[in-house]
Amino acid sequence: MPFLLAVVIWAVSLGLAIPFFTRTWWFPQSINEHGRQVDQQFMFTLVVTGVVFILAQAALGWVVLRFGRPRAGAANYSHGNNTMEVLWTSATAVLFIGLTIMGQRVWARVHFMGAPEGAIPIELTGQQFVWNIRYPGPDGKFGALDIKQINDQAGNPLGVDSKDPAGKDDITVPTMAVPVNKPIELRLRSKDVTHSFFVPELRLKQDTVPGMVIRIHFTAEKVGRYEIACAELCGLGHYKMRSFLDVMEQADYEKWLKEHAPQP
Amino acid sequence: MAEQAHTHEAHAHAAPTGFIRKYIFSLDHKIIGLQYYFLAVVAVIVGMFLSLLMRWHLVWPTAKIGWLETLFPAGAAGGVMTPELYLSLMTMHGTIMVFFVLTTAPQSGFGNYVLPIQIGAADMAFPVLNMLSFWITFLSFVVMIAAFFVTGGAPLSGWTAYPPLSALTETGPGQQSGQTLWILSLALFSAASLLGALNFITTTLDLRTKGLSLMRMPLTCWTWFITAILGLLAFAVLLAGGVLLIMDRVAGTSFFVPGGLVVSDKVINHSGGSPLLWQHLFWFFGHPEVYIAILPGMGVVSQVLSTFSRKPIFGYRAMVFAIIAIGALGFGVWGHHMFISGMSPYSAMAFSVLTMSIGVPSAIKTFNWIGTLWGGKIRFTSAMMFAIGFVSLFVTGGLSGIFLGQPPVDLFFHDTYFVVAHFHMIMGVASIFGMFAGTYYWFPKMFGRMMNEGLGKLHFWITFVGVYAIFTPMHYLGLFGHPRRYSEITGVNYLAKSGAGEIHLFMTIAALITVGAQLLFFFNLFWSLFKGKKAPVNPWESTTLEWTVPSPPPHDNFGGYEPVVNHGPYEYSVPGAPKDYVMQSDPAGVAATGH
Repeated sequence: MPFLLAVVIWAVSLGLAIPFFTRTWWFPQSINEHGRQVDQQFMFTLVVTGVVFILAQAALGWVVLRFGRPRAGAANYSHGNNTMEVLWTSATAVLFIGLTIMGQRVWARVHFMGAPEGAIPIELTGQQFVWNIRYPGPDGKFGALDIKQINDQAGNPLGVDSKDPAGKDDITVPTMAVPVNKPIELRLRSKDVTHSFFVPELRLKQDTVPGMVIRIHFTAEKVGRYEIACAELCGLGHYKMRSFLDVMEQADYEKWLKEHAPQP
Repeated sequence: MAEQAHTHEAHAHAAPTGFIRKYIFSLDHKIIGLQYYFLAVVAVIVGMFLSLLMRWHLVWPTAKIGWLETLFPAGAAGGVMTPELYLSLMTMHGTIMVFFVLTTAPQSGFGNYVLPIQIGAADMAFPVLNMLSFWITFLSFVVMIAAFFVTGGAPLSGWTAYPPLSALTETGPGQQSGQTLWILSLALFSAASLLGALNFITTTLDLRTKGLSLMRMPLTCWTWFITAILGLLAFAVLLAGGVLLIMDRVAGTSFFVPGGLVVSDKVINHSGGSPLLWQHLFWFFGHPEVYIAILPGMGVVSQVLSTFSRKPIFGYRAMVFAIIAIGALGFGVWGHHMFISGMSPYSAMAFSVLTMSIGVPSAIKTFNWIGTLWGGKIRFTSAMMFAIGFVSLFVTGGLSGIFLGQPPVDLFFHDTYFVVAHFHMIMGVASIFGMFAGTYYWFPKMFGRMMNEGLGKLHFWITFVGVYAIFTPMHYLGLFGHPRRYSEITGVNYLAKSGAGEIHLFMTIAALITVGAQLLFFFNLFWSLFKGKKAPVNPWESTTLEWTVPSPPPHDNFGGYEPVVNHGPYEYSVPGAPKDYVMQSDPAGVAATGH
């Protein structure tokens, strides 16, 4: 019994740990500086927790094996050991809190600092079960919104106010195009319930909350098409609420903007 | 105080003889404990059944299941599950498991049954309140199940019920009466939990027998006591949140709904509320709730590990302080559920540091459990095996929390299967292993019969390997960024490419086998009730007070006699003692005790 139990504990632990080290199933490749930093913080954490995990499970299996077998004499009468308590308490405190402090830098870069000067503003609005993406157009200003003018059929899902001149050149589309290596400032909104903007390759996720405008920023460094998922339960179509992020060369981006500009 | 006088009077009464007063509207803490326990058994069967339907749908989304239409005529027309039915099942699975299983059995079930006996009391402090809290909980369960059968069916907003999704009837099927009943049920549950918490706290503080100082209490009593304090503070907030949410739905208030919303082209007539307010209220309850679910399991595991290692618990004092620290810190970490919610990113740093700090007392507990086994003479009973399994699962589930407690890493894993893996390992199956350990350990005391140990061990082997097989792969799905609460992954390119489909298939097969193995447990439970070997007073040679009274104990536990405690709770293998254990109530001179 002790032998079998120890072996099973070790086996399930290794079964869990090994794919993390062989990277059999792994993250999609990150396409920005922030993503690489997140990956690095993940790797630090993986090493620390991995070592603790293996040691703890190995020790558990070992005591079961060692002290589970019949032997002569009584069990050890001991109420504990204060030195050891202090030792392992301090060790875990240093380890866990150290990790946190290391991670704060990565967090601060995205969340405490605004988008760099000259970032391209794009607005992303969640709605059951689509994403609406709006560009301010050549004037660089988003037109005012009026919920009474919302009309999905007429191509105005956000209700851009027809009386506001700033809104005349706004582009509203279902997918997002961005130029490669240019900072983007996203303004996240929601029309109805809480959704969450998630692009795995950017390591970026942010809830879009009704009644709030939340700003985040990113710079994509690799041309390609990436999926925008909804990561916050928003209703029956949650699983299929999807859009795409098209990262393109500057020239292609400009062409794309022209193609999608509203007809006068 | 009239009520107290009444209480003492109730103790002095002879046992009720009528069936209804004895088994239905009973004032006996033991019967009430069993009522809670069997309510949790019913709930866990429902919850498991829902999870199997979900697992089935995730792998075969277009499968036709004939009888499903009979059960859910709207959600499964033609026997094919709709995405909204999937979300309803998910919501109800989470809610039923968290409230009616993980909160009900470890605290209200085992706590009610065992706490008064372990502290040498004849009953809980307020028996009538105790009966009331059970029956309100029962009513709450009935209301919850009723949500399945109203127009639109059960709600689909998850066990977290974030508004506006949960606040507006327009947001989907199930968001009509189903959601209202859901909130009503939780409000009732909260009220019942508050009554229960008051009872546990008063009982622990006031009814301890002579000689049973706080620092001589078994660790089980410590965990029930601290859990009750958590319940008192946390459920009060959930109750308040629930009342506000119901007002938003039926009374036209806007606590959680901001202005300017348009749902399916309909302008919503609400303004001024904040969706984040609900998240704060919910998680202020929700995080302590995790400890409400797991602390009693930690107590049982400490008791069982010490008993079957034949050793005193390693670091009793450190264990008590760790329980208190987990309880206290547990109220300062709710924001780690909200790193990406839109709350201030600065507060995320504070929540993160507090969250990681809670890893420290958790680590202390783990080390002390291994220290307890160290140098012991281990007896491999079913209870002991589940307790050892608990430690393994606690390590696994705890360490994945280290990833999620860091905002930048959580940013990726939030709302993915990595989180599902984490909380199922630790709050789900680790807690359930605590319940299994408690059942195998106390069954002889509760029913006067032994459970079948062979079946118990078989149950352990399949369940232990099974839960790892179900929940290990979820970590890898999390690495892909696989969002949770997706009813299917058809068309999601980054998941289809990565092999998520095969992983889901593996988990579904593992779930079918593991759930199947629970039939062994239920069979053992009910068979042993009637056919099990007669249990002696102290079959495990344990030290605490419940093992000094007959199995099952008489109506007033100690037959009018008040026990006196002379020893710490875990005096095993005391040098010079006649046996390898010293009962807490043994005369003081039996052996020198190390305390």
